[in-house]
Amino acid sequence: MSGPEPVVSIRTVSKSFVQGQVQALQEIDLEIRPREFVSLIGPSGCGKSTLLRIVGDLIQPTQGDVVVNGKTAQQARRDRDYGIVFQDAVLYDWRTVAKNISLPLEMAKWDRAKRQARVGEMLELVELTGFEDRYPWQLSGGMQQRVSIARALSFSPELLLMDEPFGALDEMTRERLNGELLRIWDDTGSTVVFVTHSIAEAVFLSTRVAVMSPRPGRIAQVIDIDLPHPRTQATREEPRFFELVTEVREALHGGSARPAPARTAEADR
Amino acid sequence: MSSLARRIGSFLLVLVGLVLLWEGFKWVAEATELRLGTFTVNDTTFPHLYDIVGQLFEPSRRNGPMLIEVLWDSALFTAKEAVAGFLLGAVVGLAIGIVLHHSRLLQRGFLPYIVASQTVPILAIAPMVVVYLGGELQAPGWVSVAVIAAYLTFFPVTVNTLRGLASADPRALELMRSYAASPFEVLWKLKLPASLPYLFAAFKISATASVVGAMIGELPSSIQDGLGGAILNFNQYYLSSPESLWATNLIAALLGISFFLVILLVERLVVRRAPEHIA
Amino acid sequence: MRGARGWVPALAVFVLGILLWEGYIAAFDVQRFLLPRPTDIVQTFWNERDVLWGAGWFTFKEALGGFAIGSAAGVLAALVCARWRPLGRALMPYMIAANAIPIIAFAPITNQWFGLLNPLSKMVIAAVLCFFPVMVNTLRGLTSVRPQSIELMRSYAAGEATIFRRVRIPNSLPYLFAALKVASVLAMIGAVVGEYFGGSQEALGVQIRNSAALFRFETAWAAILVASILGIAFYLAITAVERVALRWERRGIE
Repeated sequence: MSGPEPVVSIRTVSKSFVQGQVQALQEIDLEIRPREFVSLIGPSGCGKSTLLRIVGDLIQPTQGDVVVNGKTAQQARRDRDYGIVFQDAVLYDWRTVAKNISLPLEMAKWDRAKRQARVGEMLELVELTGFEDRYPWQLSGGMQQRVSIARALSFSPELLLMDEPFGALDEMTRERLNGELLRIWDDTGSTVVFVTHSIAEAVFLSTRVAVMSPRPGRIAQVIDIDLPHPRTQATREEPRFFELVTEVREALHGGSARPAPARTAEADR
Repeated sequence: MSSLARRIGSFLLVLVGLVLLWEGFKWVAEATELRLGTFTVNDTTFPHLYDIVGQLFEPSRRNGPMLIEVLWDSALFTAKEAVAGFLLGAVVGLAIGIVLHHSRLLQRGFLPYIVASQTVPILAIAPMVVVYLGGELQAPGWVSVAVIAAYLTFFPVTVNTLRGLASADPRALELMRSYAASPFEVLWKLKLPASLPYLFAAFKISATASVVGAMIGELPSSIQDGLGGAILNFNQYYLSSPESLWATNLIAALLGISFFLVILLVERLVVRRAPEHIA
Repeated sequence: MRGARGWVPALAVFVLGILLWEGYIAAFDVQRFLLPRPTDIVQTFWNERDVLWGAGWFTFKEALGGFAIGSAAGVLAALVCARWRPLGRALMPYMIAANAIPIIAFAPITNQWFGLLNPLSKMVIAAVLCFFPVMVNTLRGLTSVRPQSIELMRSYAAGEATIFRRVRIPNSLPYLFAALKVASVLAMIGAVVGEYFGGSQEALGVQIRNSAALFRFETAWAAILVASILGIAFYLAITAVERVALRWERRGIE
């Protein structure tokens, strides 16, 4: 396929645990191009979080490899080419908001002035200006996640890996943060790989949705989301939105619709 | 009523309660002639609290300074040894904890002996420490005492360092890995700060342990200037002045408590996080 | 439950340690009376085993007595403070402060009370040393129950006594045993140190002090070995009881 070089190339990646007894992922092939927003969605245990971690070189694949920005995943990690956001904000509770955001910048040995300037920019980006000196326990869940996102973006990585970042939040906060994430994505021009449970969230945020099958995880289907940008709350009420949600849902069920083991009358007694 | 006033008020209440308990017990025991073997309650075995406190303001010996002055100097002397021992023990404990954290092999090899070391009654090896350091290495007396105090101090610090370093959130470890952090950076930026609550829990135990160690260490060193020496001294003269030994105990108790309070204070200043995280 | 392989490093360190000890003495010709050879210590340990073990047993009884009294009192106090919370909350800071008092300094006084030769004087020291850790930890175990568990019991119209029996006490057992392990070591130490201030010749602490004073360090170290072995055995006994009592609890025992 012609076009710009993919940011992430997942090439026939398989992953098994416990000496091959648990096959988490099976021959995943996926390419993610610059400025895409790709969601990975699937039932629990399908390996989507595992796949995300393989891209981030936090787990090694059993077979196959991953190319990020033209380098091995390991080199990309060493060069800090990506930022990662977990479901839990994972903020250091002994650091203020500002110091939490500047953590990766300290690791990259930026000097103090540059760090402070960037922290200020990031706080503006996630709309938390004024909260520099607060501690994580003084913030709500949604605010903590925004700090986590600010931290992930602080060193301007081209790639953003997100593992169900809004999963622990309530629906309303979640929808609002979805909108903010799209704005940030647009502002920074980054590429996003997003793991989620929520069909609506996947459709709302993404340019493409990769539907995964239950264990062993495979890519069952990749659905192009042709909704226009910028997307707003109004987008959620458009007919095309519902059509796409239905398409994703059916792809999910199609993946899990392997014939269930026959239940005989004997088994029920 | 402010919280501070309430705190002080309840403290005074408890103090009064303790005084009443003491004197009440004494009065009842003497009235009923309570016995436990050869133990009876009388003014020698159980002096009045006001006599004990009063004794502090009596001369410690004929034409000598007030007891409280003597004990104050002794307490200061012991305190210095205890601080030295605490610092030494804390540093050693921390170092051992960090090393053992990073090596499972070393942990399995040495931890049993580190634990077993605490079953050795400190008093037993104290004389040998004194003879060795004082004799062979010509170190001044207080060094031996500090070493003995450190011996009691390092163990809680080691145990809690191990626990604290291991307590880091696995997600936070993944985060550091995503930053390609070196093991040192992980230690310095994540594991050590995460273990502060555990460390302070250990320091609270060690604070008292260092005072105990210092007092005990003075005994075989024949050091007269500290509280250990004062205890031995007033023990000899117990029958003629029981209040003096009790008063010495009181001062020793205050010393231990004040060490503890210092750690509490430092903790409150250093560990600034969610209230439920403070051990 | 690690297999035998888990013990190899510790065993290796032990052997290495003994070899280094012997080697150091031989190489630097350390005065025998400062640091005896391990072989000499073992020899003395064997020769004087009757006296040493007799003394060890004598001291151990003091430790055991103190442990029993102190721990029982600690558990009782914890139960009372857990049942009547305001009392517990008021007393807690003072209990914690009292734990900071050097109890050892009290040994001469108990000697004056019960007499130098009376084991009770050392038992009291051991008991007081055991009381505070047991009380503080047990109280923490009794009160650190998840609110949802209590709410569940209340929804079953359970009374305080039932809640204690079915929720708080089982919850406190791990804390109790952790404290008992600490107390077991403290009791032994308390007994030996208490004896230092004076006691019967049959007591281990007195033996150690006297041997050291006479520069008979082999005997002193052999006696220390006995004290240590007894302390460790006491600790392991508690661990064994813990393992049986906490069968249902699957957690890494520290």
